Amino acid sequence: MKRLKKNKVKIRFPSSTDNLEMIRDFVRKLSLKAGFKEEAADHIALAVDEACTNVIKHAHKYNARRMIDLNVQYTAEKFEVTITDKGKGFDPARMPKPDLDKYMHEARKGGLGIHLMRTLMDEVNYTFNPGVKNQVVLVKYLKPGVA
Amino acid sequence: MSGFEVRRHDNGDVSILHLKGFLDAHTAPQFEHALQELVSENRVKIVVSMSDLDYISSAGLGVFMGFIEEIREKDGDIKLSSMSEKVFKVFDLLGFPSLYEIFDDESVALARFNETN
Repeated sequence: MKRLKKNKVKIRFPSSTDNLEMIRDFVRKLSLKAGFKEEAADHIALAVDEACTNVIKHAHKYNARRMIDLNVQYTAEKFEVTITDKGKGFDPARMPKPDLDKYMHEARKGGLGIHLMRTLMDEVNYTFNPGVKNQVVLVKYLKPGVA
Repeated sequence: MSGFEVRRHDNGDVSILHLKGFLDAHTAPQFEHALQELVSENRVKIVVSMSDLDYISSAGLGVFMGFIEEIREKDGDIKLSSMSEKVFKVFDLLGFPSLYEIFDDESVALARFNETN
């Protein structure tokens, strides 16, 4: 029987776009360590960037005194990133797939990230309790078909 | 820490914006500012050259979406060129190739503007 070793890493950082580059780097390195190839590691880093950007903009309204918790845990099969905030929740899960034509007419800039997250990851799950704890969990499986 | 740079180069009535580094929610306002400046000067024939762009997130893509209609209404366009596989993949995932002309080479994008003049 295969031993299921679980690796866990946690970081807490101020809710500022200043930190996005560091977060991507952190997640990318862990994804590579977990066994993903470069392209998949880039995709995971992008999805995490999108999730954190949503928290910084919508939940914390660019208030850098607020904090974001990022937990990464992975096994030989599964890589899971949990992003937690205590801000004002919004439910991106209810947002439909963006209609680019409509976006262009309305000169809209947001909402594309949620679609990217859903496309790049195998699972994207949200739980909301505004002001108490909001979480988004991003999952990518290391072996196709396991999902 | 801001690993992003926009350089502008005017070539006749076409302006080329060279993007370098990482275009994310932190650096997108710099790109937005550069496009806003061009629009306010009524320079609406724009090539965005991305040979040195290492990363783009939806915040960067959103900047293109925020300007494109206004620019096209003024008979201009934003044409994209020289992006890496990695950056193209992100544009492609969001369906941008159906909305924007994408060229391998900056000079071809420039020539396209001259063709349509």
